Amino acid sequence: MGLFTVFEAGLMKLHCHLIDAIAQPGGQLSEIYPKKPIYDIPGFPSVLAGDLVDNLVEQAAPFNPGYTLGERADTITKLDDGNFIVTTSKGTQHQAPVLMIAGGLGSFEPRRPLIENLKEFEGKGIEYIVKDPLSFLGNNLVISGGGDSALDWAIYFANEGTHPVTIVHRSDRFRAHKDSVQKAYELQEQGKLQLITDGEVTGLKGNNRLTEIEITINKNEIKTIETAYWLPLFGLSPKLGPIGNWGLEIEKNAIVVDTFDYQTNVPGIFAIGDVNTYPGKLKLILCGFHEATLAVQTAYKIIHPEKKFTMKYTTVQGIQGFEEKGSPVLI
Amino acid sequence: MKDITITVIDREGKNHELIAPTDMNMNLMEVCKSYELPVEGTCGGMAMCASCQVYVHSEQHFGERKDDEEAMLSEAFYVNDNSRLGCQINMTEDLDGLTVELAPESE
Repeated sequence: MGLFTVFEAGLMKLHCHLIDAIAQPGGQLSEIYPKKPIYDIPGFPSVLAGDLVDNLVEQAAPFNPGYTLGERADTITKLDDGNFIVTTSKGTQHQAPVLMIAGGLGSFEPRRPLIENLKEFEGKGIEYIVKDPLSFLGNNLVISGGGDSALDWAIYFANEGTHPVTIVHRSDRFRAHKDSVQKAYELQEQGKLQLITDGEVTGLKGNNRLTEIEITINKNEIKTIETAYWLPLFGLSPKLGPIGNWGLEIEKNAIVVDTFDYQTNVPGIFAIGDVNTYPGKLKLILCGFHEATLAVQTAYKIIHPEKKFTMKYTTVQGIQGFEEKGSPVLI
Repeated sequence: MKDITITVIDREGKNHELIAPTDMNMNLMEVCKSYELPVEGTCGGMAMCASCQVYVHSEQHFGERKDDEEAMLSEAFYVNDNSRLGCQINMTEDLDGLTVELAPESE
């Protein structure tokens, strides 16, 4: 939704800067179901979610948006001059007169396994996201999960071939792409990867840093493996998170908006897409596109109260992109 | 096509008797959401998130897990032998009398 907002805002010559907690744009379409078809985008009898995101990125590109990815928008401060400052989880600050929250179901957080002393080793051997693959090389590595993320990283590290890589999965069925599963079994035959199925990591040991994990196999056999790292890659789940602390009216985990322009109870802050709620709300992509289009009309009036503007059809005026960087609208 | 009656036990242990249509192509996750029970259904019914996990208490209604569902449950938490994903249980007449309990939410 944020990507289409860039396009609609761009038509009105407003620059946008996008902030997203995940490392690529596209929200849940990229994160949860990139390979699934969508059938209710007008004009597309069928389009893969990932392809739709690619198209939206391309559509937004002429308007030269800025991207801050892999950082969660944590706090909002309103300045005396009406501008907002958004500070991310890494401390990056952006300033803009208008904020557009296209937060979907919230920010995606790793799903944490249920192990008692898990927190003790987070960041000390337990990592939920592979940010810097090279930092893991030269160490024993255990990866849990059966999805694409788990298998893709296991294959990557096994191919590096420097140290043992083990996958622990609770079943012998994998959610990952069939090619990846086949590749993992091939690597196991070559001795580069150990696959433990019907197993689950149930214990963690170490003195201030992870050194050993305990795996329960077939619910009764216990196996211990020495490892420097454990990557529990069980996917991400959305949490409304810090948005709930921004002084916005919240109802049933969503932000209440006025359907005139999808503005929240705080003037200058809009909420569009799955993150908002109003009477008759439908969580559909096409509804979000409509919300984004109306929201930027009021955004324009906030940013340029003195200027007149008339909506023009793209068929008439074409797409007039721009080079300049700037951030009057933060998404 | 007739409506069926199912019982959903929420996370506080309270029973909810729900009337579910069998001619609207609805699944259990959707029925729960339509009654505003606390079921997320984050992925919208694609067996990709497990936020609609339930425990089936009426054994005769357990049915069979589908492949995608089995794979998702193998990565989910709080999974028991009687776990199913609500989004993969379509409302059909033979489910009249079904009793399920909502699984705990993952952290």
